[in-house]
Amino acid sequence: MYTFSSKLKTFSFALMILGLIGVAYGFLSTPSSVEDVKVMLQNSHDSHGEVAANHDVDTHVVEADAHGAEQTESAHSDDTHAEHAFHYLKNKPWSALYVALFFFFMISLGALAFYAIQHAAQAGWSVVLFRVMEGITAYLPVGAILLFVFFVLSSLHMNHLFVWMDPEVVAHDELIQNKAGYLNVPFFLIRAAIYMAGWVWYRQHSRKLTLAQDNATDISNYTKLFKRSAAFLVFFLVTESMMSWDWIMSLDPHWYSTLFGWYVFASMIVSAITTIALVSIYLKGKGYLEFVNNSHLHDLAKFMFGFSIFWTYLWFSQFMLIWYADIPEEVTYFVSRFNEYKIPFLGMLVLNFVFPLLVLMNSDFKRVNWFIVCTGIVILIGHYIDIYVMVMPATVGDQWFIGISEISSVLLVLGIFIYVVFTALSKAPLLAKGNPFIKESEQFHY
Amino acid sequence: MSSHYEAPIRRPLIIGDKSYHDITVEVAAPVEGKANKLWWTAFTIALLAFLWGIGSIIYTIGTGIGVWGLNKTVGWAWDITNFVWWVGIGHAGTLISAVLLLFRQKWRMGINRSAEAMTIFSVVQAGLFPVIHMGRVWNAHFVLPIPNQFGTLWTNFNSPLLWDVFAISTYLSVSLVFWWTGLLPDFAMLRDRAVRPFQKKIYSLLSFGWTGRAKDWQRFEEVSLVLAGLATPLVLSVHTIVSFDFATSIIPGWHTTIFPPYFVAGAVFSGFAMVNTLLIIMRKVSNLEAYITKQHIELMNIVIMITGSIVGCAYITELFIAWYSGVEYEQYAFLNRATGPYWWAYLLMMSCNVFSPQFMWSKKLRTSITFSFIISIVVNIGMWFERFVIIVTSLHRDYLPSSWTMFSPTFVDIGIYVGTIGFFFVLFLLYARTFPVIAQAEVKSILKSSGENYKLHRDAGGKNPAPTVTKSAINVKTETVVDSNANKNSLLGTLGVFDKETQTADDLKLISGVGPKLEKTLNTIGIYSFEQVSKMTDTEYDLLDSILDSFKGRAKRDDWAGQAKNLKK
Repeated sequence: MYTFSSKLKTFSFALMILGLIGVAYGFLSTPSSVEDVKVMLQNSHDSHGEVAANHDVDTHVVEADAHGAEQTESAHSDDTHAEHAFHYLKNKPWSALYVALFFFFMISLGALAFYAIQHAAQAGWSVVLFRVMEGITAYLPVGAILLFVFFVLSSLHMNHLFVWMDPEVVAHDELIQNKAGYLNVPFFLIRAAIYMAGWVWYRQHSRKLTLAQDNATDISNYTKLFKRSAAFLVFFLVTESMMSWDWIMSLDPHWYSTLFGWYVFASMIVSAITTIALVSIYLKGKGYLEFVNNSHLHDLAKFMFGFSIFWTYLWFSQFMLIWYADIPEEVTYFVSRFNEYKIPFLGMLVLNFVFPLLVLMNSDFKRVNWFIVCTGIVILIGHYIDIYVMVMPATVGDQWFIGISEISSVLLVLGIFIYVVFTALSKAPLLAKGNPFIKESEQFHY
Repeated sequence: MSSHYEAPIRRPLIIGDKSYHDITVEVAAPVEGKANKLWWTAFTIALLAFLWGIGSIIYTIGTGIGVWGLNKTVGWAWDITNFVWWVGIGHAGTLISAVLLLFRQKWRMGINRSAEAMTIFSVVQAGLFPVIHMGRVWNAHFVLPIPNQFGTLWTNFNSPLLWDVFAISTYLSVSLVFWWTGLLPDFAMLRDRAVRPFQKKIYSLLSFGWTGRAKDWQRFEEVSLVLAGLATPLVLSVHTIVSFDFATSIIPGWHTTIFPPYFVAGAVFSGFAMVNTLLIIMRKVSNLEAYITKQHIELMNIVIMITGSIVGCAYITELFIAWYSGVEYEQYAFLNRATGPYWWAYLLMMSCNVFSPQFMWSKKLRTSITFSFIISIVVNIGMWFERFVIIVTSLHRDYLPSSWTMFSPTFVDIGIYVGTIGFFFVLFLLYARTFPVIAQAEVKSILKSSGENYKLHRDAGGKNPAPTVTKSAINVKTETVVDSNANKNSLLGTLGVFDKETQTADDLKLISGVGPKLEKTLNTIGIYSFEQVSKMTDTEYDLLDSILDSFKGRAKRDDWAGQAKNLKK
């Protein structure tokens, strides 16, 4: 039985408080009017010189196609530019919070999908890690509520992340009008509620069944869980795709890509497996998982390695196909990312692909805890940036930087995540002893 | 590998009371025996189809591509459809041997050899199409970046068709090497069992002098793992590159980012269906039901069900995004698929690929061999139509209505397709008679953990079960006691009595098929020398069989007399 160490508890509270202060500061420090922004821009133009200013205007022509005609006049352009920048800066703390909320929710959801796969595949190695996975998925209901509240606030126009929620924007945008059958607030919220309810239901149900299996004399709970997991995976396959269209792709309502859902999934699963590995190593380091050996970690590291490459495969497929065909309405997505987010956009390839590829190729390294921890942290940062580059260009445009808002949002949600996960871990024994494969898993070595 | 312990809940992968020797004998039986009438009939039909295909190909090359049903708008139809179909089928083999190896799926061992053979043979079929669909086949070597007399004339590396060249040729060579490495211990087994010198020679050549030392095995395992690790990205990238042929274009219905993973899922889907079709027949005709069990079929059905669902999800995604995109060309492409002149092909593809695998959710249906067989064929029909629908319906109606047209194949299109099916079966039928169709070395490695007899023994509380060994030892004892003296005497009458005083006994163990135990049994009958054994004919074999219950037919099958004659010299 795990006991939540008071040190870690204090640490998580510290993260939450620190994060909360930073987030509050982020909201308070947004400019209150277009005039403020003009002053701000003037200052920054002065310091950056003429080149930077021209550059900004250029990229705006590409990006804001709705206003393209207006921007030909340069005097006018400054005003609209300031107005854009104002909206972007208003969005910034919201976007930062959204990226953090989504990122940790995604980790939890990915862990749930991995957990369901392990059950449905009757895996023999991972049974000793089930309680760790259940601990991580304990964040799912909390994260779902936080995200849902965020969506409700968005639909109440507290922020302008989802431009299609703004009736004024829609009125001038025929493309969005055509999508209104899908992109409308009530339907969006209902869909979100359905996905979240389905995922949370499976999570709570599976937890109940494994706990019941611990003291059961037959394996009826296990059989039930096996079947529910298979059914959940079908539900997940569909809802995960739709979730990615709703929650991320619709931030750029003019853009579309069929691969997008699976691409988000790849990011999700690799972050989740990494988190499972990190939590397991932490708990093992504290002496709570004596039945987990380095073969289990080796397997997790292999999954981290494999799914990192899988993520890159999907990233490349999406990027290359759009780059190759160069169809204007699609390619704007990458044009804005390439022009304004070059470092994070290309940098995440190093973090998410090159680094794990080189470090985790060696079989021996995959058994060394600190190698897994180091790579794991890099992978998690890389996938945070992945989500960041998915969300930010649509909501804050060229006004991005990773500052107080972004960091404190991560700290805040990380604090909640740690608190919820480790509380859940202390609620049940860390060995799911009723599972019929438990002995296989305990004796597992590779 | 992981420990030898296996949870009792897992079902056995080898059915019946099998020993290592039984596995050897049963895997070698189709190779060592003679082809029956059924095989010759099938082979003749396949050969005729193949010849017909060759005729069609020669006719095409001699006359021109105009003999096909292509037109100015639809420049790709049956040729590329068949190409993608065959490449797709080929993917299951590598998936079974590589991906399932990485995931430590023991059940792959019963099926991987044949699945890989299927890969090789279907990639060979696929490889024909990129060549024969060229207008000028004789210039095909210009796809290779070879320095030539045209100075700096080089290939353009921007074309997915060129990537195809590299993808397919790499895929074929790596699969071939992977397959052949796995075959070494099995060829060595056939070599060691071969009695006729010709066979011995051939299998010695094929097995590269494999002796099965510990060091060899250790390296063998490592190489398999490395090749599996390389083959997995290869399998994904090959079909991805095939999908790029379409996805990099700007044709509505082709240009979509989901194609790479979705084509791969479709390839696994159709490939597994083909493996199922072939193995359901093979386990029957080659008497391998103990190794390719119902559970194997069921698990393949589950893979078909999963990949079928992924494909279904991709179909829905494509439909949704076509609507969501607001691009009228894209929307029309899908409207045209569903309601245009090729609606029947679209309907066929949807019903075969999306609905038929969903039946596999029912345990009753997926464990039914007949049903699996039917579905496996239905899936391959559906997947052929998937490629046809993607290619033809997107081409025949695109941007300019003035270039809208229709496509219908000619007998040459059909003839070449039939020809590749014939060629595939020619190769596969030959393979089934000359290669060990089950990786016996691998199957032996799971016998003690997943064999039915061992599992039963373990469940009953036995610690280190070896039921077969003890049983055959008892058999030998009872045989020697029970054997009829009359038979013994008449046997020795023709073979000649061995006089221990004047003659020295030969080492009968040198005869392949005779072990120390059997030698002792033969000695108790009175057979000591090669001289005696070499005199054996059918009558003596029968007499011997009547004395030795548990070794029935072996002496004749292994041609003891022939072996002894050679050893005598």
